[in-house]
Amino acid sequence: AMDTDLSSQDRKDLDKFIKFFALKTVQVIVQARLGEKICTRSSSSPTGSDWFNLAIKDIPEVTHEAKKALAGQLPAVGRSMCVEISLKTSEGDSMELEIWCLEMNEKCDKEIKVSYTVYNRLSLLLKSLLAITRVTPAYRLSRKQGHEYVILYRIYFGEVQLSGLGEGFQTVRVGTVGTPVGTITLSCAYRINLAFMSTRQFERTPPIMGIIIDHFVDRPYPSSSPMHPCNYRAGEDNGAVYPSVEDSQEVCTTSFSTSPPSQCVFTVTKAHFQTPPPVVTDTLKVPVMGLAFSHQLSSSRLSYQPAALGVGSADMGYPVLFGGLNAAHPHQLIGPGKEGGVPPIPSQPAHGTQADQERMCTPLDGVHYSAATPSSSEDTETVSNSSEGKCGSPHDLLETIFIRKVGAFVNKPINQVTMANLDIPFAMFAPKNVELEDNDTMVNPPDSPDTESPLQGSLHSEGSSGSSTGNTHDDFVMIDFKPAFSKDDILPMDLGTFYREFQNPPQLSSLSIDIGAQSMAEDLDSLPEKLAVHEKNVKEFDAFVETLQ
Amino acid sequence: PCSTHCCTPPGAAPTMNCRAEVLEVSVEGRQVEEAMLAVLHTILLHRSTGKFHYKKEGTYSIGTVGTQDVDCDFIDFAYVRVSSEELDRALRKAVGEFKDALRNSGSDGMGQISLEFYQKKKSRWPFSDECIPWELWTIKVNVVNLANEQERQICREKVGEKLCEKIINIVEVMNRHEYLPKMPTQSEVDNVFDTSLKDVQPYLYKISYQITDSLGTSVTTTMRRLIKDTLAL
Repeated sequence: AMDTDLSSQDRKDLDKFIKFFALKTVQVIVQARLGEKICTRSSSSPTGSDWFNLAIKDIPEVTHEAKKALAGQLPAVGRSMCVEISLKTSEGDSMELEIWCLEMNEKCDKEIKVSYTVYNRLSLLLKSLLAITRVTPAYRLSRKQGHEYVILYRIYFGEVQLSGLGEGFQTVRVGTVGTPVGTITLSCAYRINLAFMSTRQFERTPPIMGIIIDHFVDRPYPSSSPMHPCNYRAGEDNGAVYPSVEDSQEVCTTSFSTSPPSQCVFTVTKAHFQTPPPVVTDTLKVPVMGLAFSHQLSSSRLSYQPAALGVGSADMGYPVLFGGLNAAHPHQLIGPGKEGGVPPIPSQPAHGTQADQERMCTPLDGVHYSAATPSSSEDTETVSNSSEGKCGSPHDLLETIFIRKVGAFVNKPINQVTMANLDIPFAMFAPKNVELEDNDTMVNPPDSPDTESPLQGSLHSEGSSGSSTGNTHDDFVMIDFKPAFSKDDILPMDLGTFYREFQNPPQLSSLSIDIGAQSMAEDLDSLPEKLAVHEKNVKEFDAFVETLQ
Repeated sequence: PCSTHCCTPPGAAPTMNCRAEVLEVSVEGRQVEEAMLAVLHTILLHRSTGKFHYKKEGTYSIGTVGTQDVDCDFIDFAYVRVSSEELDRALRKAVGEFKDALRNSGSDGMGQISLEFYQKKKSRWPFSDECIPWELWTIKVNVVNLANEQERQICREKVGEKLCEKIINIVEVMNRHEYLPKMPTQSEVDNVFDTSLKDVQPYLYKISYQITDSLGTSVTTTMRRLIKDTLAL
């Protein structure tokens, strides 16, 4: 009968509910795979901007991706919204872990009250989603991401594709909500064959030296919709990158009525939001809130070769600067490798001393990074002067700069450490500036510099201002260093300044090669003795091991 | 206030129209608290709303419920709870008492903790108000003793997996959209919801527990009132 058809207002409301439900679903899922604990506050006074009466933050990029995938459509029969969660290792292997599906079937509930019952049941369904996202295997994996793998998400709209989950995948139903136009169902299909991905395997691999390599990654992604890492956070004021679609500013102020019971007043008002701060561009997205990593990565982490990771533009980490800095000592870039060590990556020479430059480099896979190079400055002189004629081959002219990300227990925001492959064993564990002669910090370890003007300093930590690492090559001229984004709400400065300022902290003395080599030599000498002692006590050890069986 | 015997007497079968769900877990002694909190918080997450604010003409608006992740220390498990310190405190108090009672009962710890949602029905004097339960959750607990560290490690993981199953079970029940009390008018709201907390509003609930000794008989029955309503006496 006609009176059971949906009124146009109800229809509009329902469509809006479904749309925002879809967006919030994506937020909950992605946030649950960020690798961090989520915490939002209850508020007794309705703010009017919390859909479904739940405090669920909106990560702007995630909303953007979801809207892109939906392209103005709503889930309907045969057109489901899917959030695919996958894992990608540092070696480039990837594996689908879960597919979350928001589907609509044809079973209609004409009697149900849209603005009341449907709304409340959608709220309940989101709560169930919050609970269920913590109990599938991918949750624990995502909490431990960072060292050896990352968790990525991908949103697509259309037919559900479960084939990537391997055999024997399981499904869990989160819930259903009947509406006059169909029944919304939310479920998750998840891979169970994670045997070789047990989190314990990753826990056994310790991080190396607490050094992080962070890098911008230029990501060519072949498949239809791009993957994104889950583990970044764009804070509210970190820039709504994307032009806010008009209804992203709509708030839902729902009033319910108890008398008469069936009446419902539903108002939608526009909220006033601040102009979003400067946006993060697509090619140079940096998880400025990467500091959020810190509590997970107390001893920092070793990231991996950009190309191998194949992760999209810098969602992963910070820039890593490669650069040829010293013509005198041929050496290789040590990069991360399969054993958790750092494989060699040749690089072209570049002017090495300006703090705020990125360098051209040719990593093994040939992905090129854009380079901004130092302009001739007072340092050029010093550089040329201090360089000697001993040029290694261009390929060998390389210094790797690793930027330490702020760990939870690190006082300095970023420490920069350089590594070189010298002719000593375990050299890669002892980062070192390689400089010439009296600028050689092996001989004269640098003092802590004042970091106010990174433009002065050499890329390696410098003692006196003006001392440089010496590089003859003058191939690159820096025009300007303009970070593509600028706001960082952790520190009260723009990113460019931050970047420049923190590029040249001093090298940790404990990491200097002489101390390292010394203690290394001592350790090696004492080994035979220690072995003898252990051999004597072998029975005790065996007994101990027995008790652990 | 609700009188002491208005609700289902301990040990009696649930009244009609009160749906009852039973969950069972086997845990080590030190895991009891976290396991119980995980289950109770998950249930209450679904059974709490934002604070109601009544306006004129009988309309009301609803506050916002925040949530937070909780990691367990003795179980490889994490769960989501409502962001309300008052509610968390109330649950911890109840679970703490349950855990102590279990421990004091002897090493064969078996017991159950119940979470009951009820509605109050006002009666005329001299009759006291009735409490009508509409949903009853019972969590049966079996405390195991483990011999060595390896067993404990396995237990951490196994109990974590079991709790994942329990969460899925709870969500299944919630999804049935079965009876829920009607949304109350302003004058009735305290008969349906616990309005004493400042940031969230759970349905009226009470928690009770029973300890079973090794002979399988019920040794202690304790009713604890965890909401601010005082006993009518």
